[in-house]
Amino acid sequence: MELSDHLFRREAGRMTAALARIFGVHNLGLAEDVVQEAFCRAAEIWKFRGVPDNPSAWLMATAKNCALDALRRQRTARAYAPEFGRYLESEWTRAAIIEEQFGANAIKDDLLRMMFSCCQPRLSEEAQIALILHILCGFSVGEIAGAFVSSQAAIEKRITRAKKVLAQSKKLFDVAAAAEFSARLPAVQRALYLLFNEGYHGACAEAAIRAELCREAMRLTAELLVHPLGRTPASYALAALMALDAARLAARVDETGALLALADQDRSQWDQQLIGEGLKLLELSAAGDELTPYHIEAAIAAAHARARSAEETDWTMIVSLYDSLMAIRPSPIVALNRAIAVAEKDGPELGLEAIAAIDGRERLGAYPFYPAALGEMALRRGDKPAAAAHFRAALALARNPMERLFLEKRVEACGGEKRHPIAPA
Amino acid sequence: MSEFTFLFRGRDYFASPEQRQKHTEKWVAWFKELGAKGHIKDLGRPLDAAGKVVDKKSVHDGPYAEAKDVVGGYTLIEAADLNQAVELSKGCPILDLGGCVEVRPVQVQNMMSLNT
Repeated sequence: MELSDHLFRREAGRMTAALARIFGVHNLGLAEDVVQEAFCRAAEIWKFRGVPDNPSAWLMATAKNCALDALRRQRTARAYAPEFGRYLESEWTRAAIIEEQFGANAIKDDLLRMMFSCCQPRLSEEAQIALILHILCGFSVGEIAGAFVSSQAAIEKRITRAKKVLAQSKKLFDVAAAAEFSARLPAVQRALYLLFNEGYHGACAEAAIRAELCREAMRLTAELLVHPLGRTPASYALAALMALDAARLAARVDETGALLALADQDRSQWDQQLIGEGLKLLELSAAGDELTPYHIEAAIAAAHARARSAEETDWTMIVSLYDSLMAIRPSPIVALNRAIAVAEKDGPELGLEAIAAIDGRERLGAYPFYPAALGEMALRRGDKPAAAAHFRAALALARNPMERLFLEKRVEACGGEKRHPIAPA
Repeated sequence: MSEFTFLFRGRDYFASPEQRQKHTEKWVAWFKELGAKGHIKDLGRPLDAAGKVVDKKSVHDGPYAEAKDVVGGYTLIEAADLNQAVELSKGCPILDLGGCVEVRPVQVQNMMSLNT
């Protein structure tokens, strides 16, 4: 028997979530210690005896035993979750209550409960994502720092603070309370969206880590979809958007590690199964009359996914989708993407006009794809010196090696003849 | 063939479940390979770190103050000679974490012959 990829990480999230519920969220630290202990014990045996047939069940059973040991070791009375407190304190009921609370039904909602608890309004979005990655996805501080290209100390601080805030909340989020659930849901969707984006567009250069972040966001979004209150059109749209974008992940970077523009990607490398899933999810998201930015972003991704070649891309539809997105969530970046689509549809002059009309254009000052878009349009008009200058400006803003390589190639291209599409990957 | 024990010294620490999983997989693969080549006499057992050290005067928590000295488990190996046993031990994943393998020949004496 072999361990499936990332099994430990995922089980860590489930076990921590379950134990935090039983011990009370203020005892999060104890829950984490017990999980460590359980891993240690299980792995020691597996090293010698090989991996058992059902490692997840083995881990859960070990976690139960470790929880009982930890409860027995506690000399001073600790206050546990109020609903279990007195059962946990007594030697007579302890084992039974742990057994019961580790049952499949009780444990079912634990991930979701912890996810909603992590997205509480007192925490910044950055802190929410770090907490989700740490507690639910089992990423260490070092691994999160690596993924976010941040210092270990900064992430450590962020997580320690966030855990304190979480531990101060009286109890974990109640996922059965319909009104609270619906009120918190947008924050959870937003955190998962940002987590996915960090993987998709983030600064980390390592493709494997980026794909992992995307996968984790997709896994947690799938958890939303199994809950009756989480299964909203917006959740479906979010899941659709992730699937459709993730389908292109492998084709986004060439063999030198440079980003590839959409039009240059080898479309045979797009994951057709994920595209199929994404389109199905997009259909499910159409129930009801709610139209969220996730719906529109998913529809844009679907328009790209459906085009068998770059030339077949339906730019008219994409421009109108960007118009809708501007109507409900305007931002300079959305406006820039709209302008790029306009240039593809109506030519570089109209594209440049659209760029000139962007409200808050100055906020794009640090965004490399702003000068890059200007460069592509100049190039399309045949003005190579201007294009080269724009690409060099973009290169100076590149945030990671993939962008840098991509933009270096664009600077070089200003010496050649090749016509290049404007849209970035 | 002669018998040897591998004593695995050193406790592991992992910053993340992912690292622990990778390390555990290495152990599983290592034992599998030793087994496939017919070197395993007895897989042995891991040993719990919590234990007592008993001497004439006292019983105290042990076994050793230093984590790196703790024996975490043992295995009985069959090898042609000490050199081969040492070579086999070099693949042990505990070495990656700063731990060590103590390779000790098992003494085989014919007790009966001592009586005559």
